[in-house]
Amino acid sequence: MMEFSFEINGGDFSNAGMISSLVKKTLKQLNIDGMIIRRTVVALYEAEVNIVAHAYSGVVNVNIFPDKIKIKLTDKGTGIADIDLAMQQGYSTASPAVREMGFGAGMGLPNIKNNTDELNLESTVGVGTMLEFTNFFEPK
Amino acid sequence: MEQHYFNHALTFRKDICIGCSHCMTACPTEAIRVKNGKAKLIDERCVDCGECYRVCPVGAITVDQNSLEEISNYEYPIALVPSVFSGQFPDNITHAEIIQSFYDLGFSEVYEVEHSVDFVVEEYEKYLQKEHARPFISTFCPSVVRLIQVKFPTLIPNLLLHKAPLDYTALYARKKLLDQGVEPDKIGVFYVTPCAAKIVAIKSPVGEEKSTIDGALNMNYMFNKSFRIIKNGISSKNKPTKKPLSKQSICWSLTTGESSIFSNIRSLAIDEISNVLEFLEKVENDELDGIDFLELRACDESCAGGILCQGNRFLTAEKLRKRATYCETVEHKNKPKTEKEFFEMIDYLRENSEVQPILARPIMKLDDNVVEAMSKMKRMYEITNVLPQVDCGICGTPSCQSFAEDIVQGRADIKQCVFVQRILEQNEKLLAVDSANIMKDIWGHKKLNKNSLRDELKDIM
Repeated sequence: MMEFSFEINGGDFSNAGMISSLVKKTLKQLNIDGMIIRRTVVALYEAEVNIVAHAYSGVVNVNIFPDKIKIKLTDKGTGIADIDLAMQQGYSTASPAVREMGFGAGMGLPNIKNNTDELNLESTVGVGTMLEFTNFFEPK
Repeated sequence: MEQHYFNHALTFRKDICIGCSHCMTACPTEAIRVKNGKAKLIDERCVDCGECYRVCPVGAITVDQNSLEEISNYEYPIALVPSVFSGQFPDNITHAEIIQSFYDLGFSEVYEVEHSVDFVVEEYEKYLQKEHARPFISTFCPSVVRLIQVKFPTLIPNLLLHKAPLDYTALYARKKLLDQGVEPDKIGVFYVTPCAAKIVAIKSPVGEEKSTIDGALNMNYMFNKSFRIIKNGISSKNKPTKKPLSKQSICWSLTTGESSIFSNIRSLAIDEISNVLEFLEKVENDELDGIDFLELRACDESCAGGILCQGNRFLTAEKLRKRATYCETVEHKNKPKTEKEFFEMIDYLRENSEVQPILARPIMKLDDNVVEAMSKMKRMYEITNVLPQVDCGICGTPSCQSFAEDIVQGRADIKQCVFVQRILEQNEKLLAVDSANIMKDIWGHKKLNKNSLRDELKDIM
């Protein structure tokens, strides 16, 4: 098993995507199938942007096993009041400032769901959110 | 599925190489190492971009090419000349003179490669309507296709699987002679190439079984041949000139040549290989929003900056754009632009231009087996932590990172690092003479001969 962890600062849009790129490089070195790399990276990038857009700070834990990659993102932030609503396409609570930067179209969570095999989301309003997802290297 | 057959058009001449490592540092895919004082190419990693060729100070990298004499093997040698060729010449030489010089050199037919562009554009427009991974990535530049095969295999589904104007013009030129009853063996199609990547595309094509081209002629070499003939006076027996090219045809091989045509969709043009690398990372992360078409070219200023173009790339591009504007003027506009025959031959061209799937050639994987790859990666991290991160290249490897990878793959020894050597010497684990011998294995005996400095630097010896 391999383990990495990274920190994310809320509002730091210019660095959003750095963790995805690092994870992508690692998965390529591990000879993981291209489509699985792509799905993982797309989901991780969306999740990174979510923290940057909605939270004060966050931690990303990446665990790579021989058969799967498990990524856990924990943030301190506003939290999500209605998870079911947030999972709907087009729903967004992003501020106008965030939307102006080209983010916040309300595609984040649904897109993460579409690109992951297992997804777990827990949130407490005013405290923060924990998003955990897994992608298997061999298609199930 | 992966592709395992490689053939490159660049040859590293051991007899000329001075082992300076400029090429090693310049290579965008870290495909070059220095061993025994000579540069060595790792075939699997090479994408034929030619950055090494550009920086070699002694001309030790040569391009495999056909010679002009070979055209005499064919009764009907056809020259396919790209528009950037005429951009190499001074203003006082006309386009007609340049074309005529090819007839004088012995070709029976001369076509500009871009003759098929107007036809190709219509074919592309149909293709772009298809259900397809977005953005479409153009396959015009062979180095970009290879770069995607080796470093971005996840983007292979985005490649626009369509032949380039060169292939269509070649098919067309050949078919015209076949229709006149000429035997196939008597026709030889030669392409005047601005880059090494196109030579490889002809000799070991990606996405097709056999190339439609019989030989590649180095543009630099042909410039000299053609210029000499023009200077000595071309023959007056003028062959009928082909119909003038449209503006979009002339500019096709320049940056924005493709992207500017598809104005009904969002498209973007990027040139120069490090820019392309940087951008493909973004494409792979799915960071682009709503871009439909990407024109990516390995050379700065696209084909005008090809490694075999002797002219300055900016001046070449300017000349081409000037010619394109001229072709748009009234007197030219009245003449029929594209060769209608291309469209009359449409079924034949389509039948013979099927593109085979493009396969991945991943170079980044540490092992086929995930568990094995993970343990190699862990070792790589451990080794990288010890290395100085100076990327000095003295180990014969372009960076500390690639050195760590070479060590875990058994291609290098950690004692090749000068910093590690000094640490070991301080701990009395390595003798200075052993360090020197390791250096000799990398850089050759000549650079590390202990007697070589004696005369020049008496004071310190």
